[in-house]
Amino acid sequence: MELPPIVTTILAILTDVFTGINDLLMTLWVDTLGLSEQLAMSINTFIGAFALANFVLLNLILTIWFERKVSARVQDRFGPNRVGPWGILQTVADLGKLLTKEIIIPTNADIVPFFLAPLIGVLSVITIWAVVPFTPTAIGADLSVGALYFVAVSSLGLTAILMAGWSSNNKYSVLGAFRAVAMLVSYEVPLFLGLMIPVMLTGTMSMQAIVDSQLIAYFFVMPVAGLIFWTAMIAEVGRQPFDVLEAESEIVAGYNIEYSGFAFAIFYAAEWAHGFTICALMAVLYFAGWRGPFVETIPTLGIVYLGVKVLVIYFIQVWARFTVPRLRLDHIMNLCWKFLVPVMLVLLVVTIVIDKAAAALIPNYLAYLNPDLPYFQRLTGMLPRAGVLLFINVIVGAGALLAVSRQGRAERERIEALRLAEIEPAGPMAPIETGAD
Amino acid sequence: MSEWTFIAFLFVISFALPAIPIIAGRVLGPRKPNTIKTDTYECGLETVGDTWVQFKVQYYIFALVFLVFDVEVVFLFPWAVAYNQLPLFGVIAGIVFIVTLAEALIYAWRKGDLEWL
Repeated sequence: MELPPIVTTILAILTDVFTGINDLLMTLWVDTLGLSEQLAMSINTFIGAFALANFVLLNLILTIWFERKVSARVQDRFGPNRVGPWGILQTVADLGKLLTKEIIIPTNADIVPFFLAPLIGVLSVITIWAVVPFTPTAIGADLSVGALYFVAVSSLGLTAILMAGWSSNNKYSVLGAFRAVAMLVSYEVPLFLGLMIPVMLTGTMSMQAIVDSQLIAYFFVMPVAGLIFWTAMIAEVGRQPFDVLEAESEIVAGYNIEYSGFAFAIFYAAEWAHGFTICALMAVLYFAGWRGPFVETIPTLGIVYLGVKVLVIYFIQVWARFTVPRLRLDHIMNLCWKFLVPVMLVLLVVTIVIDKAAAALIPNYLAYLNPDLPYFQRLTGMLPRAGVLLFINVIVGAGALLAVSRQGRAERERIEALRLAEIEPAGPMAPIETGAD
Repeated sequence: MSEWTFIAFLFVISFALPAIPIIAGRVLGPRKPNTIKTDTYECGLETVGDTWVQFKVQYYIFALVFLVFDVEVVFLFPWAVAYNQLPLFGVIAGIVFIVTLAEALIYAWRKGDLEWL
Protein backbone atom coordinates (compact mmCIF):
# COMPACT_ATOMS: atom_id res chain seq x y z
CA MET A 1 0.00 0.00 0.00
CA GLU A 2 1.31 3.40 -0.95
CA LEU A 3 1.14 5.94 1.85
CA PRO A 4 0.60 9.60 1.04
CA PRO A 5 3.89 11.59 1.18
CA ILE A 6 2.85 13.69 4.18
CA VAL A 7 2.31 10.53 6.25
CA THR A 8 5.71 9.08 5.32
CA THR A 9 7.37 12.38 6.21
CA ILE A 10 5.67 12.45 9.61
CA LEU A 11 6.60 8.82 10.21
CA ALA A 12 10.21 9.53 9.27
CA ILE A 13 10.28 12.39 11.77
CA LEU A 14 8.65 10.27 14.46
CA THR A 15 11.12 7.39 14.12
CA ASP A 16 13.97 9.75 14.91
CA VAL A 17 12.30 12.63 16.63
CA PHE A 18 15.24 14.91 17.57
CA THR A 19 17.06 14.65 14.25
CA GLY A 20 13.73 15.07 12.48
CA ILE A 21 12.92 18.30 14.29
CA ASN A 22 16.47 19.53 13.74
CA ASP A 23 16.24 18.89 9.97
CA LEU A 24 12.80 20.46 9.82
CA LEU A 25 14.03 23.62 11.54
CA MET A 26 17.11 23.73 9.33
CA THR A 27 14.89 23.66 6.22
CA LEU A 28 12.78 26.40 7.75
CA TRP A 29 15.74 28.67 8.54
CA VAL A 30 17.79 28.06 5.40
CA ASP A 31 15.23 27.53 2.64
CA THR A 32 12.28 29.59 3.80
CA LEU A 33 13.95 32.45 5.68
CA GLY A 34 17.20 32.41 3.71
CA LEU A 35 19.60 32.41 6.66
CA SER A 36 23.16 31.15 6.33
CA GLU A 37 23.96 27.55 7.23
CA GLN A 38 26.23 28.60 10.11
CA LEU A 39 23.63 30.88 11.70
CA ALA A 40 20.88 28.28 11.29
CA MET A 41 22.99 25.71 13.10
CA SER A 42 23.70 28.14 15.93
CA ILE A 43 19.99 28.88 16.27
CA ASN A 44 19.23 25.17 16.46
CA THR A 45 21.94 24.66 19.08
CA PHE A 46 20.45 27.50 21.11
CA ILE A 47 16.94 26.06 20.84
CA GLY A 48 18.27 22.67 21.88
CA ALA A 49 20.04 24.10 24.94
CA PHE A 50 16.97 26.15 25.88
CA ALA A 51 14.66 23.16 25.53
CA LEU A 52 16.99 20.96 27.59
CA ALA A 53 17.29 23.48 30.44
CA ASN A 54 13.54 23.97 30.49
CA PHE A 55 12.96 20.22 30.41
CA VAL A 56 15.11 19.78 33.52
CA LEU A 57 13.25 22.49 35.43
CA LEU A 58 9.70 21.71 34.26
CA ASN A 59 10.29 18.03 34.89
CA LEU A 60 10.54 19.00 38.55
CA ILE A 61 6.81 19.64 38.69
CA LEU A 62 6.24 15.94 38.06
CA THR A 63 9.17 14.53 40.04
CA ILE A 64 8.38 16.54 43.18
CA TRP A 65 4.78 15.39 42.98
CA PHE A 66 5.96 11.79 42.41
CA GLU A 67 8.32 11.94 45.36
CA ARG A 68 5.71 13.41 47.70
CA LYS A 69 3.16 10.84 46.59
CA VAL A 70 5.57 7.91 47.08
CA SER A 71 6.71 9.25 50.45
CA ALA A 72 3.08 9.56 51.51
CA ARG A 73 2.38 5.97 50.54
CA VAL A 74 5.49 4.77 52.38
CA GLN A 75 4.29 6.59 55.50
CA ASP A 76 0.68 5.43 55.08
CA ARG A 77 -0.73 8.86 54.11
CA PHE A 78 -2.53 10.18 51.02
CA GLY A 79 -0.10 12.89 50.01
CA PRO A 80 -1.13 15.85 47.83
CA ASN A 81 -4.60 15.15 46.40
CA ARG A 82 -6.43 18.49 46.16
CA VAL A 83 -4.91 20.60 43.35
CA GLY A 84 -5.60 19.08 39.95
CA PRO A 85 -6.14 15.38 39.27
CA TRP A 86 -4.39 13.28 41.96
CA GLY A 87 -2.85 16.49 43.29
CA ILE A 88 -0.55 16.68 40.27
CA LEU A 89 -0.60 20.50 40.18
CA GLN A 90 0.38 20.87 43.84
CA THR A 91 3.92 21.91 42.87
CA VAL A 92 2.59 24.65 40.60
CA ALA A 93 0.48 26.00 43.45
CA ASP A 94 3.51 25.89 45.77
CA LEU A 95 5.60 27.79 43.25
CA GLY A 96 2.88 30.42 42.93
CA LYS A 97 2.82 30.83 46.69
CA LEU A 98 6.61 31.06 46.97
CA LEU A 99 6.69 33.71 44.25
CA THR A 100 4.63 36.07 46.40
CA LYS A 101 6.72 35.57 49.54
CA GLU A 102 9.30 38.05 50.74
CA ILE A 103 12.94 37.25 50.07
CA ILE A 104 14.56 38.20 53.37
CA ILE A 105 18.19 39.30 53.20
CA PRO A 106 19.88 38.85 56.60
CA THR A 107 21.68 41.93 57.93
CA ASN A 108 25.05 40.24 58.23
CA ALA A 109 24.94 38.29 54.99
CA ASP A 110 27.39 38.77 52.15
CA ILE A 111 24.90 39.61 49.43
CA VAL A 112 26.75 38.72 46.22
CA PRO A 113 27.61 35.09 47.08
CA PHE A 114 24.28 34.86 48.91
CA PHE A 115 22.35 35.29 45.65
CA LEU A 116 24.96 33.67 43.41
CA ALA A 117 24.81 30.37 45.33
CA PRO A 118 21.34 29.17 44.24
CA LEU A 119 22.08 30.11 40.64
CA ILE A 120 25.29 28.08 40.62
CA GLY A 121 23.48 25.22 42.34
CA VAL A 122 20.97 25.00 39.50
CA LEU A 123 23.67 25.55 36.89
CA SER A 124 25.66 22.60 38.17
CA VAL A 125 22.65 20.33 37.77
CA ILE A 126 21.31 21.47 34.40
CA THR A 127 24.69 21.38 32.71
CA ILE A 128 25.14 17.70 33.61
CA TRP A 129 22.27 16.95 31.23
CA ALA A 130 24.38 18.06 28.28
CA VAL A 131 26.10 14.67 28.30
CA VAL A 132 23.04 12.49 28.94
CA PRO A 133 22.22 10.60 25.71
CA PHE A 134 18.48 10.37 25.07
CA THR A 135 18.45 8.27 21.88
CA PRO A 136 21.21 6.80 19.66
CA THR A 137 21.17 10.05 17.67
CA ALA A 138 20.23 12.64 20.28
CA ILE A 139 22.58 13.94 22.95
CA GLY A 140 23.09 17.53 24.05
CA ALA A 141 26.81 17.48 23.33
CA ASP A 142 28.59 14.22 22.58
CA LEU A 143 31.86 15.35 24.12
CA SER A 144 34.90 13.13 23.77
CA VAL A 145 35.53 13.91 27.46
CA GLY A 146 31.92 13.40 28.59
CA ALA A 147 32.68 11.54 31.82
CA LEU A 148 35.32 14.05 32.85
CA TYR A 149 32.91 16.89 32.04
CA PHE A 150 30.37 15.34 34.40
CA VAL A 151 32.95 15.18 37.19
CA ALA A 152 33.96 18.80 36.59
CA VAL A 153 30.44 20.19 36.45
CA SER A 154 29.07 18.27 39.42
CA SER A 155 31.86 19.68 41.61
CA LEU A 156 30.32 23.12 41.05
CA GLY A 157 27.38 22.13 43.25
CA LEU A 158 29.75 21.87 46.18
CA THR A 159 30.88 25.44 45.60
CA ALA A 160 27.27 26.57 45.68
CA ILE A 161 26.68 24.90 49.06
CA LEU A 162 29.85 26.36 50.54
CA MET A 163 29.00 29.83 49.21
CA ALA A 164 25.49 29.66 50.65
CA GLY A 165 26.62 28.42 54.04
CA TRP A 166 29.45 30.89 54.43
CA SER A 167 27.69 33.97 53.08
CA SER A 168 24.59 33.48 55.28
CA ASN A 169 26.71 34.28 58.34
CA ASN A 170 24.74 31.85 60.46
CA LYS A 171 26.29 29.21 62.71
CA TYR A 172 23.97 26.46 61.51
CA SER A 173 24.61 27.34 57.87
CA VAL A 174 28.36 27.23 58.37
CA LEU A 175 28.12 23.89 60.16
CA GLY A 176 25.96 22.52 57.36
CA ALA A 177 28.34 23.81 54.72
CA PHE A 178 31.38 22.34 56.47
CA ARG A 179 29.67 18.98 56.85
CA ALA A 180 28.64 19.12 53.23
CA VAL A 181 32.13 19.88 51.99
CA ALA A 182 33.71 17.11 54.07
CA MET A 183 31.13 14.56 53.01
CA LEU A 184 30.76 15.45 49.35
CA VAL A 185 34.48 15.75 48.84
CA SER A 186 35.01 12.32 50.39
CA TYR A 187 32.31 10.67 48.35
CA GLU A 188 33.72 12.05 45.13
CA VAL A 189 36.53 9.49 45.43
CA PRO A 190 34.37 6.33 45.13
CA LEU A 191 32.29 8.24 42.59
CA PHE A 192 35.33 8.82 40.38
CA LEU A 193 36.46 5.22 40.73
CA GLY A 194 32.97 3.96 39.95
CA LEU A 195 32.81 6.25 36.93
CA MET A 196 36.16 4.90 35.77
CA ILE A 197 34.82 1.36 35.37
CA PRO A 198 32.50 2.10 32.39
CA VAL A 199 35.18 4.35 30.89
CA MET A 200 37.76 1.59 31.26
CA LEU A 201 35.57 -1.17 29.82
CA THR A 202 34.44 0.96 26.90
CA GLY A 203 37.75 2.66 26.20
CA THR A 204 36.28 6.13 25.72
CA MET A 205 34.83 8.94 27.81
CA SER A 206 32.05 9.70 25.32
CA MET A 207 28.69 8.94 26.97
CA GLN A 208 27.12 7.91 23.66
CA ALA A 209 29.82 5.27 23.11
CA ILE A 210 29.52 4.07 26.72
CA VAL A 211 25.80 3.40 26.21
CA ASP A 212 26.43 1.87 22.78
CA SER A 213 28.91 -0.67 24.15
CA GLN A 214 26.54 -1.87 26.90
CA LEU A 215 25.11 -4.86 25.04
CA ILE A 216 24.73 -6.26 28.54
CA ALA A 217 24.17 -3.46 31.05
CA TYR A 218 27.29 -2.84 33.13
CA PHE A 219 25.30 -3.26 36.32
CA PHE A 220 24.88 -6.95 35.55
CA VAL A 221 28.54 -7.20 34.59
CA MET A 222 30.04 -5.21 37.47
CA PRO A 223 27.35 -5.19 40.22
CA VAL A 224 29.75 -4.30 43.04
CA ALA A 225 31.10 -1.30 41.16
CA GLY A 226 27.55 -0.31 40.26
CA LEU A 227 26.34 -0.41 43.86
CA ILE A 228 29.34 1.55 45.13
CA PHE A 229 28.84 4.14 42.41
CA TRP A 230 25.16 4.39 43.29
CA THR A 231 25.89 4.85 47.01
CA ALA A 232 28.41 7.56 46.21
CA MET A 233 25.90 9.26 43.91
CA ILE A 234 23.20 9.36 46.62
CA ALA A 235 25.76 10.82 49.01
CA GLU A 236 26.72 13.42 46.39
CA VAL A 237 23.11 14.61 46.32
CA GLY A 238 22.98 14.60 50.12
CA ARG A 239 19.77 12.62 50.42
CA GLN A 240 18.77 10.25 53.18
CA PRO A 241 20.52 8.32 54.61
CA PHE A 242 23.31 10.83 53.84
CA ASP A 243 21.46 14.05 54.62
CA VAL A 244 23.61 15.31 57.50
CA LEU A 245 24.24 18.55 55.59
CA GLU A 246 20.67 19.67 56.23
CA ALA A 247 19.61 17.48 59.12
CA GLU A 248 16.56 19.34 60.44
CA SER A 249 16.75 17.96 63.95
CA GLU A 250 20.44 18.88 64.39
CA ILE A 251 21.24 22.03 62.44
CA VAL A 252 17.74 23.23 61.46
CA ALA A 253 18.16 23.24 57.68
CA GLY A 254 21.88 23.46 57.19
CA TYR A 255 23.25 25.67 54.46
CA ASN A 256 19.91 27.04 53.21
CA ILE A 257 18.49 28.16 56.57
CA GLU A 258 18.61 31.91 55.78
CA TYR A 259 16.96 31.56 52.36
CA SER A 260 13.31 32.39 51.91
CA GLY A 261 10.82 32.90 49.10
CA PHE A 262 12.01 32.01 45.64
CA ALA A 263 15.69 32.05 46.55
CA PHE A 264 14.90 29.05 48.73
CA ALA A 265 12.75 27.51 45.99
CA ILE A 266 15.70 27.62 43.61
CA PHE A 267 17.87 25.74 46.10
CA TYR A 268 15.07 23.26 46.58
CA ALA A 269 14.75 22.90 42.81
CA ALA A 270 18.49 22.32 42.44
CA GLU A 271 18.45 19.58 45.05
CA TRP A 272 15.40 17.84 43.60
CA ALA A 273 16.69 18.10 40.04
CA HIS A 274 20.03 16.70 41.19
CA GLY A 275 18.20 13.73 42.70
CA PHE A 276 16.60 13.03 39.35
CA THR A 277 19.79 13.69 37.39
CA ILE A 278 21.81 11.07 39.24
CA CYS A 279 19.12 8.53 38.36
CA ALA A 280 19.54 9.46 34.71
CA LEU A 281 23.32 9.09 35.00
CA MET A 282 22.98 5.76 36.77
CA ALA A 283 20.69 4.59 33.96
CA VAL A 284 23.16 5.78 31.35
CA LEU A 285 26.37 4.49 32.91
CA TYR A 286 25.25 1.21 34.47
CA PHE A 287 21.82 0.35 33.02
CA ALA A 288 22.56 0.87 29.32
CA GLY A 289 20.61 4.14 28.86
CA TRP A 290 18.57 4.01 25.64
CA ARG A 291 19.46 0.38 24.86
CA GLY A 292 16.48 -1.87 24.28
CA PRO A 293 14.80 -3.91 21.54
CA PHE A 294 14.49 -2.28 18.06
CA VAL A 295 16.20 0.90 19.17
CA GLU A 296 18.65 0.75 16.25
CA THR A 297 15.87 0.98 13.66
CA ILE A 298 13.54 3.33 15.60
CA PRO A 299 15.77 5.69 17.64
CA THR A 300 12.79 7.41 19.27
CA LEU A 301 12.16 4.28 21.35
CA GLY A 302 15.40 5.16 23.17
CA ILE A 303 13.60 7.92 25.11
CA VAL A 304 11.00 5.41 26.28
CA TYR A 305 13.60 2.90 27.46
CA LEU A 306 15.68 5.58 29.16
CA GLY A 307 12.55 7.05 30.77
CA VAL A 308 11.41 3.71 32.16
CA LYS A 309 14.86 2.91 33.56
CA VAL A 310 15.20 6.36 35.12
CA LEU A 311 11.76 6.13 36.72
CA VAL A 312 12.45 2.71 38.23
CA ILE A 313 15.79 3.90 39.63
CA TYR A 314 14.16 7.09 40.89
CA PHE A 315 11.46 5.09 42.63
CA ILE A 316 14.12 2.98 44.37
CA GLN A 317 15.94 6.14 45.44
CA VAL A 318 12.76 7.68 46.91
CA TRP A 319 11.91 4.41 48.59
CA ALA A 320 15.35 4.28 50.21
CA ARG A 321 15.02 7.92 51.16
CA PHE A 322 11.92 7.35 53.26
CA THR A 323 12.85 4.02 54.80
CA VAL A 324 16.54 4.26 55.74
CA PRO A 325 17.31 6.39 58.82
CA ARG A 326 20.01 9.06 58.78
CA LEU A 327 23.59 7.99 59.46
CA ARG A 328 25.90 9.83 61.81
CA LEU A 329 28.56 11.95 60.11
CA ASP A 330 31.53 9.91 61.37
CA HIS A 331 29.82 6.70 60.27
CA ILE A 332 29.31 8.21 56.84
CA MET A 333 32.98 9.15 56.60
CA ASN A 334 34.03 5.69 57.76
CA LEU A 335 31.76 4.04 55.21
CA CYS A 336 33.42 6.05 52.48
CA TRP A 337 37.11 5.91 53.40
CA LYS A 338 37.26 2.55 55.12
CA PHE A 339 34.86 0.51 53.04
CA LEU A 340 33.89 1.94 49.65
CA VAL A 341 37.29 3.28 48.60
CA PRO A 342 39.35 0.18 49.61
CA VAL A 343 36.81 -2.20 48.05
CA MET A 344 36.80 -0.14 44.89
CA LEU A 345 40.62 -0.07 44.69
CA VAL A 346 40.84 -3.84 45.23
CA LEU A 347 38.13 -4.42 42.64
CA LEU A 348 39.95 -2.17 40.18
CA VAL A 349 43.29 -3.96 40.53
CA VAL A 350 41.75 -7.47 40.43
CA THR A 351 39.66 -6.51 37.39
CA ILE A 352 42.66 -5.15 35.55
CA VAL A 353 44.76 -8.27 36.18
CA ILE A 354 42.12 -10.89 35.37
CA ASP A 355 40.51 -8.97 32.52
CA LYS A 356 43.88 -8.52 30.79
CA ALA A 357 44.75 -12.18 31.33
CA ALA A 358 41.39 -13.19 29.84
CA ALA A 359 41.93 -10.85 26.90
CA ALA A 360 45.23 -12.61 26.18
CA LEU A 361 43.69 -16.11 26.47
CA ILE A 362 40.23 -15.78 24.87
CA PRO A 363 40.14 -14.92 21.13
CA ASN A 364 37.99 -12.00 19.95
CA TYR A 365 37.59 -10.85 23.55
CA LEU A 366 37.11 -7.17 22.68
CA ALA A 367 35.60 -7.56 19.22
CA TYR A 368 32.13 -6.61 20.48
CA LEU A 369 33.23 -3.00 20.96
CA ASN A 370 33.17 -2.49 17.19
CA PRO A 371 29.84 -0.68 16.48
CA ASP A 372 29.75 -1.83 12.83
CA LEU A 373 29.07 -5.48 13.68
CA PRO A 374 25.47 -6.78 13.72
CA TYR A 375 23.67 -6.64 17.05
CA PHE A 376 23.54 -10.35 17.93
CA GLN A 377 27.16 -10.92 17.02
CA ARG A 378 28.10 -8.13 19.43
CA LEU A 379 25.81 -9.49 22.14
CA THR A 380 27.29 -12.99 22.00
CA GLY A 381 30.76 -11.48 21.63
CA MET A 382 30.35 -9.70 24.98
CA LEU A 383 29.34 -12.84 26.90
CA PRO A 384 32.87 -14.13 27.74
CA ARG A 385 33.95 -10.77 29.12
CA ALA A 386 30.69 -10.36 31.05
CA GLY A 387 31.15 -13.78 32.60
CA VAL A 388 34.74 -13.10 33.66
CA LEU A 389 33.89 -9.69 35.15
CA LEU A 390 30.80 -10.98 36.94
CA PHE A 391 32.88 -13.75 38.48
CA ILE A 392 35.43 -11.20 39.75
CA ASN A 393 32.66 -9.04 41.18
CA VAL A 394 30.99 -11.88 43.03
CA ILE A 395 34.32 -12.92 44.58
CA VAL A 396 35.34 -9.38 45.58
CA GLY A 397 31.86 -8.52 46.85
CA ALA A 398 31.62 -11.68 48.95
CA GLY A 399 35.12 -11.09 50.33
CA ALA A 400 34.26 -7.49 51.26
CA LEU A 401 31.05 -8.51 53.02
CA LEU A 402 32.84 -11.28 54.90
CA ALA A 403 35.58 -8.89 56.05
CA VAL A 404 32.99 -6.34 57.21
CA SER A 405 30.91 -8.87 59.12
CA ARG A 406 34.02 -10.23 60.87
CA GLN A 407 35.14 -6.71 61.75
CA GLY A 408 31.65 -5.91 62.99
CA ARG A 409 31.50 -8.98 65.20
CA ALA A 410 34.93 -8.24 66.71
CA GLU A 411 33.82 -4.66 67.40
CA ARG A 412 30.58 -5.78 69.04
CA GLU A 413 32.38 -8.30 71.23
CA ARG A 414 34.91 -5.68 72.31
CA ILE A 415 32.17 -3.22 73.28
CA GLU A 416 30.19 -5.96 75.02
CA ALA A 417 33.27 -6.94 77.08
CA LEU A 418 33.84 -3.30 78.05
CA ARG A 419 30.21 -2.91 79.07
CA LEU A 420 30.23 -6.07 81.17
CA ALA A 421 33.44 -5.02 82.93
CA GLU A 422 31.90 -1.61 83.68
CA ILE A 423 28.45 -2.62 84.89
CA GLU A 424 29.17 -5.81 86.75
CA PRO A 425 32.60 -5.55 88.35
CA ALA A 426 31.68 -8.09 91.06
CA GLY A 427 30.53 -10.83 88.77
CA PRO A 428 26.96 -11.86 87.95
CA MET A 429 24.28 -11.00 90.48
CA ALA A 430 22.54 -13.68 92.54
CA PRO A 431 18.97 -14.51 91.46
CA ILE A 432 16.43 -12.41 93.35
CA GLU A 433 14.21 -14.20 95.82
CA THR A 434 10.59 -13.49 94.95
CA GLY A 435 8.95 -15.14 97.88
CA ALA A 436 6.28 -17.81 97.86
CA ASP A 437 3.78 -17.96 95.05
CA MET B 1 32.96 22.62 17.76
CA SER B 2 29.16 22.76 17.81
CA GLU B 3 29.30 20.57 20.94
CA TRP B 4 31.11 23.26 22.89
CA THR B 5 28.77 25.93 21.49
CA PHE B 6 25.94 23.89 22.99
CA ILE B 7 27.73 23.77 26.36
CA ALA B 8 28.32 27.53 26.26
CA PHE B 9 24.65 28.21 25.47
CA LEU B 10 23.57 25.79 28.19
CA PHE B 11 25.76 27.50 30.79
CA VAL B 12 24.35 30.92 29.97
CA ILE B 13 20.74 29.70 29.86
CA SER B 14 20.91 27.65 33.04
CA PHE B 15 22.43 30.62 34.83
CA ALA B 16 19.76 33.01 33.57
CA LEU B 17 16.71 30.75 34.01
CA PRO B 18 16.73 30.61 37.82
CA ALA B 19 17.70 34.29 38.05
CA ILE B 20 14.42 35.35 36.42
CA PRO B 21 12.09 33.95 39.15
CA ILE B 22 14.34 35.29 41.91
CA ILE B 23 14.08 38.77 40.43
CA ALA B 24 10.35 38.23 39.90
CA GLY B 25 10.07 37.18 43.52
CA ARG B 26 11.79 40.38 44.61
CA VAL B 27 9.34 42.41 42.51
CA LEU B 28 6.13 40.51 43.30
CA GLY B 29 6.76 39.68 46.93
CA PRO B 30 6.41 42.14 49.79
CA ARG B 31 9.53 43.96 50.99
CA LYS B 32 9.16 45.10 54.60
CA PRO B 33 12.43 44.40 56.39
CA ASN B 34 12.87 45.27 60.05
CA THR B 35 15.72 44.63 62.45
CA ILE B 36 14.14 41.58 64.05
CA LYS B 37 13.18 39.98 60.76
CA THR B 38 16.55 40.41 59.10
CA ASP B 39 18.46 39.27 62.16
CA THR B 40 20.45 36.03 61.96
CA TYR B 41 18.05 33.17 62.58
CA GLU B 42 19.46 30.73 65.10
CA CYS B 43 16.28 29.27 66.60
CA GLY B 44 15.34 32.55 68.26
CA LEU B 45 18.49 32.94 70.33
CA GLU B 46 20.73 35.92 69.80
CA THR B 47 23.85 35.01 67.90
CA VAL B 48 27.00 34.87 70.00
CA GLY B 49 30.47 35.62 68.71
CA ASP B 50 31.84 35.59 65.20
CA THR B 51 30.56 33.04 62.68
CA TRP B 52 33.42 33.38 60.24
CA VAL B 53 36.01 31.59 62.36
CA GLN B 54 38.88 29.26 61.59
CA PHE B 55 38.09 25.57 61.56
CA LYS B 56 39.95 22.71 63.24
CA VAL B 57 42.96 21.32 61.39
CA GLN B 58 41.59 17.75 61.36
CA TYR B 59 39.12 18.95 58.81
CA TYR B 60 41.80 19.93 56.31
CA ILE B 61 43.53 16.55 56.48
CA PHE B 62 40.48 15.09 54.79
CA ALA B 63 40.94 17.70 52.10
CA LEU B 64 44.56 16.64 51.68
CA VAL B 65 43.65 12.95 51.38
CA PHE B 66 40.94 13.90 48.92
CA LEU B 67 43.44 15.91 46.91
CA VAL B 68 45.61 12.82 46.47
CA PHE B 69 42.69 10.98 44.94
CA ASP B 70 41.50 13.96 42.95
CA VAL B 71 44.83 14.29 41.21
CA GLU B 72 44.70 10.56 40.62
CA VAL B 73 41.60 11.04 38.48
CA VAL B 74 43.45 13.36 36.16
CA PHE B 75 46.06 10.66 35.60
CA LEU B 76 43.86 7.57 35.69
CA PHE B 77 41.10 8.69 33.33
CA PRO B 78 43.36 8.99 30.25
CA TRP B 79 44.89 5.67 31.26
CA ALA B 80 41.39 4.13 31.51
CA VAL B 81 40.52 5.39 28.03
CA ALA B 82 43.57 3.60 26.60
CA TYR B 83 43.04 0.54 28.80
CA ASN B 84 41.67 -1.84 26.13
CA GLN B 85 44.69 -1.32 23.87
CA LEU B 86 47.35 -1.22 26.60
CA PRO B 87 50.36 -3.53 26.36
CA LEU B 88 51.60 -5.42 29.42
CA PHE B 89 53.95 -2.63 30.47
CA GLY B 90 51.13 -0.07 30.53
CA VAL B 91 48.96 -2.36 32.64
CA ILE B 92 51.72 -2.93 35.19
CA ALA B 93 52.41 0.80 35.35
CA GLY B 94 48.72 1.42 36.04
CA ILE B 95 48.62 -1.19 38.78
CA VAL B 96 51.73 0.26 40.43
CA PHE B 97 50.06 3.67 40.36
CA ILE B 98 46.86 2.39 41.96
CA VAL B 99 48.80 0.43 44.60
CA THR B 100 50.76 3.58 45.46
CA LEU B 101 47.45 5.35 45.97
CA ALA B 102 46.18 2.54 48.17
CA GLU B 103 49.39 2.82 50.16
CA ALA B 104 48.69 6.52 50.76
CA LEU B 105 45.21 5.60 51.98
CA ILE B 106 46.56 2.91 54.31
CA TYR B 107 49.16 5.35 55.66
CA ALA B 108 46.49 7.95 56.45
CA TRP B 109 44.32 5.25 57.98
CA ARG B 110 47.08 3.91 60.25
CA LYS B 111 48.01 7.43 61.30
CA GLY B 112 44.41 7.87 62.46
CA ASP B 113 43.75 10.75 60.08
CA LEU B 114 40.52 9.21 58.82
CA GLU B 115 38.85 9.48 62.25
CA TRP B 116 36.19 12.17 62.30
CA LEU B 117 36.50 13.99 65.61
